[in-house]
Amino acid sequence: MAYNCVVSIKQVPDTKRITGEAMNDDGTVNRGSLPAIFNPEDLNALELALDIKDKYGGKVTVITMGLPAASAILRESLYRGADEAILITDRRCAASDTLATSYILSCAVKKLDCDIVLCGRQAIDGDTAQVGPQLAEKLGISQITYVEELISLEKKTITARRNIGNGWQEVKCNLPVLLTVVDEANEPRVSVAKRLMKYKKARTPVEIQMQLKQDNPHASDEELKQLAKAKAEELQEKGLLIKQWDIDYLGADLQWCGRDGSPTKVHRIQSVILTARESKTVEPSEQCIADMVHELISDKTIS
Amino acid sequence: MISVNRKGEVWVFAEQHSGKLEDIGLELLGRARTLGDTLGVKVGAVLIGDEIKGLAEKLCHYRADKVYVLEHPLLEHYQANSYAKVIYDLIHKYEPQIMIYGASACGRDLAPRVASAAKAGLTADCTDLRIGDHENKDVVHKNLLLQIRPAFGGNIIATIINYDRWPQMATVREGVMPMPEANGTRKGEIIVEKVHLTPDELPIEILNEHKREKKVNLKASRIVVSGGAGVGSKENFRLIWDLANALGAAPGATRAAVDLGFIDRDHQVGQTGTTVRPSLYIAVGISGAIQHQAGMGDSQKIIAINNDPQAPIFDIAHYKVIGDLNEIVPKMIKAIKARV
Repeated sequence: MAYNCVVSIKQVPDTKRITGEAMNDDGTVNRGSLPAIFNPEDLNALELALDIKDKYGGKVTVITMGLPAASAILRESLYRGADEAILITDRRCAASDTLATSYILSCAVKKLDCDIVLCGRQAIDGDTAQVGPQLAEKLGISQITYVEELISLEKKTITARRNIGNGWQEVKCNLPVLLTVVDEANEPRVSVAKRLMKYKKARTPVEIQMQLKQDNPHASDEELKQLAKAKAEELQEKGLLIKQWDIDYLGADLQWCGRDGSPTKVHRIQSVILTARESKTVEPSEQCIADMVHELISDKTIS
Repeated sequence: MISVNRKGEVWVFAEQHSGKLEDIGLELLGRARTLGDTLGVKVGAVLIGDEIKGLAEKLCHYRADKVYVLEHPLLEHYQANSYAKVIYDLIHKYEPQIMIYGASACGRDLAPRVASAAKAGLTADCTDLRIGDHENKDVVHKNLLLQIRPAFGGNIIATIINYDRWPQMATVREGVMPMPEANGTRKGEIIVEKVHLTPDELPIEILNEHKREKKVNLKASRIVVSGGAGVGSKENFRLIWDLANALGAAPGATRAAVDLGFIDRDHQVGQTGTTVRPSLYIAVGISGAIQHQAGMGDSQKIIAINNDPQAPIFDIAHYKVIGDLNEIVPKMIKAIKARV
């Protein structure tokens, strides 16, 4: 039997590439200066979904909530084999914490026909690993976190192996289910050349608008609207229009979205404080290193 | 969601598996005690399982004033749905103002589910928890839980609060908070709660489980020798092993070194690895990202070896050795071996 999978993905700043240039003078991080990437473990989640489709059939839909720029990772998903991609973008989503994010995502998933929801275990910008379990709770379905292997799918039952840090656990449960996937689970496939050639032209409506505005700086709003409509229809015919949903379309309750819907607030952000300590510089010579070792032996640090 | 209340207790999820309490719950009780004393409220431990009432006394020895015992045959094995449900019910009954969980595989699976059901805030992997005030548009919210954690790849420290939707919840990794000493004469109130559960609320069937001992016990080692990406290769990581062996130390590593495949993940020190506070920590080829510092910054003495004088690790090191680790480490091993 075939299974419909929804994969929730996130575009994140590549935090591994933070350099001095990425820091503002006040010690905050300048997100704009970092390359935006497909969150690594979300690629593992997508791979697992594509693997399920290859083995059992069904459809893979990818959703992301984010800025218009997040359209890029939706395209990447299409290159790799996703059947459909949806951008959830709305200013009213801004400043959502994990609770508000999972609520908005749950409104989107409920609009889709879905047997299995997949997420990466965690995103590298926050490392919270909270959105997966929270999304499962909001959908009222079971969760299997830290999936490192899908053992079997039989009718409406899934068996999977979880990596629980100091060991593993094999669990079984009925669908629908939400899985969070760890990077040990698989090796994500690369883009398929044919799909890349096709979908590199795929666009979300907001991208179309932005491009048209740039190309036609003197056009009126009405003219731009007409142009955008025509372009969207053209892409739609070719199957290259990426869906875009906003809060109104989702029917989400604003009380639970964005800043208002987020119980956690930032009290303070500090750049990393380095504690000054009594310290000595040791020359890398044989004698100086031996002296340091002797000092540590005499004060019983080394026994 | 419960409303903001000043009388609510400070709770700790006392994680247990197979009738054995995990260290993390005891560690958290130490900090919960401080928070509770600051707020002038009681500290409660939430103990869930089957036939686990006997563990309650130990939680009192570790500073709990009250232990809420939730016993039921269906609670014998942890699973997110059933545990989240009984915690949610308990939160609604007693309205604690704070609840903290270990950021273990179990705690990170459970706490978000509770937070979502309770529509409450949750901050992951805190490295410090304090009580403080927050001012927002001329309104001062007094005595909030300040949830402090590195964020954004560890380049900033964020303090998170929740002032309008309670309980205030956070997870903390094992080893981050020092474990209080047991006080065998300390007594507390043990409250056995009625549990209502049906098999439908346990959708997961556990078929098989295998737990393995960690390959290294970093927490118990007096000396830790860790290598970072700067070590360069798995082959060259031999230097770290050799230095550790010479000292009778445990070999550690940064996340970068683990990701590069130099050493097994069991050896990872840092925010997402093990937190250590040894007598001596030797950082070799480690630049010192804040996530790594979060896991070793409390070491009594730190030696840093790095060829980049600007490496942040030098800001917290007691002994700074600037130069090529391939030359320095063998010199250290020689000096150590020559001591007798």
